[in-house]
Amino acid sequence: MSRISQHLSQAKTAGKKILVAYVVNGDPYPQATLPTLHAMVEQGVDVIELGVPFSDPMAEGPVIQKGHERALEHHISLRGTLELVKQFRTTNNTTPVVLMGYANPVERFGYAEFAKAAADAGVDGLLTVDLPPEEVVVLKGELDANGLDNIFLLAPTTTLERAQKIAAYASGFLYYVSLKGVTGAGHLDVNAVKEKLAGFGQLTDLPVCVGFGIKDPETAKAVAVLADGVVVGSVLVEKMGSMADKSATDIAAAVGDIVGSIRVAIDSI
Amino acid sequence: MSNTEQFSAIDYSAFPNAEGHFGPYGGRFVSETLIYALDELESIYFKLKDDPGFQAEFDKDMAHYVGRPSPLYLAERWTRELGGAQIYLKREDLNHTGAHKVNNTIGQALLAKFTGKSRVIAETGAGQHGVATATVAARLGLKCRVYMGAEDVKRQALNVYRMKLLGAEVFPVTSGSRTLKDAMNEAMRDWATNVDDTFYIIGTVAGPHPYPQLVRDFQSIIGREARRQCLEQAGRLPDALVACVGGGSNAIGLFHPFLTDESVKMYGVEAGGLGIETGKHAAPLNKGIPGVLHGNRTYLMEDENGQIIETHSVSAGLDYPGVGPEHSWLKDIGRVNYVAINDDEALAAFRKVTKTEGIMPALESSHALAYVEKLAPTMSKDQIIIANLSGRGDKDILTVAGLDGITV
Repeated sequence: MSRISQHLSQAKTAGKKILVAYVVNGDPYPQATLPTLHAMVEQGVDVIELGVPFSDPMAEGPVIQKGHERALEHHISLRGTLELVKQFRTTNNTTPVVLMGYANPVERFGYAEFAKAAADAGVDGLLTVDLPPEEVVVLKGELDANGLDNIFLLAPTTTLERAQKIAAYASGFLYYVSLKGVTGAGHLDVNAVKEKLAGFGQLTDLPVCVGFGIKDPETAKAVAVLADGVVVGSVLVEKMGSMADKSATDIAAAVGDIVGSIRVAIDSI
Repeated sequence: MSNTEQFSAIDYSAFPNAEGHFGPYGGRFVSETLIYALDELESIYFKLKDDPGFQAEFDKDMAHYVGRPSPLYLAERWTRELGGAQIYLKREDLNHTGAHKVNNTIGQALLAKFTGKSRVIAETGAGQHGVATATVAARLGLKCRVYMGAEDVKRQALNVYRMKLLGAEVFPVTSGSRTLKDAMNEAMRDWATNVDDTFYIIGTVAGPHPYPQLVRDFQSIIGREARRQCLEQAGRLPDALVACVGGGSNAIGLFHPFLTDESVKMYGVEAGGLGIETGKHAAPLNKGIPGVLHGNRTYLMEDENGQIIETHSVSAGLDYPGVGPEHSWLKDIGRVNYVAINDDEALAAFRKVTKTEGIMPALESSHALAYVEKLAPTMSKDQIIIANLSGRGDKDILTVAGLDGITV
């Protein structure tokens, strides 16, 4: 069983909601990421979603776009991101790490080479925003061969029929995009999420986590009631961006505080 | 098997396949939110493309609004000067709004009308596609927003104002390199957000399936006319076709109806910028490698980590790090030769054709014409070249004046 499945089934057994937290590797500067990941773990994160910076992050809202731009100013690459995960693993061998990014850096790396290097580095899964099931076949073969989970998005526009197909491809967990739009958007409608999740829930045994537009403990709680877990990203990236001139310790503490407050909120359900 | 036999054996109409692939290129590399919209667009397009009513409306607009067919003009004086093949210019510059772009925006706006969507969005570099989109939106009473890199907004003030006069909202994009590729990212984000009421009019033969196919189909009117006109005027097919390639819509439009004509050689001309060897260019087919951007797999300009790099061309319309996926495929199978022309060569051709023929070409089209300057003298006088004069150069006068150190 993969580290993700193991960790998430433990959470389920314990009756706990899953907390997935996203930051961009190298944002706002390279030394800030590692202490931030550890702080998030201390504050109760279940899955770390580590953003791989890309020059053209098509699905991101302005907040995370800027996170990518800040990281790219420091020339953070996919290769460098694997190095960071390797470092993280020297002191943490339990928290699942999913890389989230775009297809082109993975293409450039080479699918087979990437899958092997990622597994060796201690990565557990990959979410490639612009690789829907139709285009992922070759990469998925390599991920499977190396024991890496392939995380997929479901959207409000995804039909039940298509969701079934996606669920059949997916492993680890499914990521439901709560709204039509980009990351960090402000128009999350809890009732719409509820309706859609009810349908998807019938299709799969995989945990379904909901992200895009979860800005605070209240929204996190309202959404977590409906799903197996929540994903927070923009709110953390915004905080990190605002602290570019602060020490890595301060950044890690501030991000940890936000993660902790969301943990408390979803544990109160 | 010779190349000739190989090319005659290909059924070009079978590309893209059902998944939108041209060999290894094309496809649909987008986030899940957009899949539904692309499925919807695909089903509407496939329903309408052979529908006589839809075709009749497209043809009517082409004739009475755009002013088609555009002339195929024998440039006699320029031909004499070069002393080789006879040069015919396909006069897309004479279309309403001054370039080939309107062929596609009319087609897509008709699709938007049939889908009942009330709002259109577009990305634009130099502003020609933005103007062509704002134009059809005005005519159909659709709300229109055009995404344009903040750098381009500054460089192309005239077209920005044109779009505003036409009733469009021009949205300056300040992310990334603040140019065309970033405008396309932002348009995709808008589409993902407003997918229920918004139709995205992509301006070139790139993007996720079915865009490369439907834009090609709308632009193929260029090649169909040129083929017929050449047979009528010269009594035979041309020996060579030349067109500039940024995203590549005018080139595909000219080339596609000739692909099975064995004897017709084709040259796609990319922007060599300051010279391919300097790295400051926009020539992915000459110097890029295959990758994934803006919803399709195609040749791209990128660094060793797969980050898209900034391009350079004197012509804003060619200043793009990718290219339509069908061009990538046509390059690999060897059907089309892709060459590059530098800024200075394009500017020289701009001046030459302006003075020799009294036709002021767009700087984009001037790249194709600069290649004609090289090609024609190597051919015999009984041979024929058709060059696509894809747009008129009025929009570039300030750029050229600036290079001359003149303030107009």
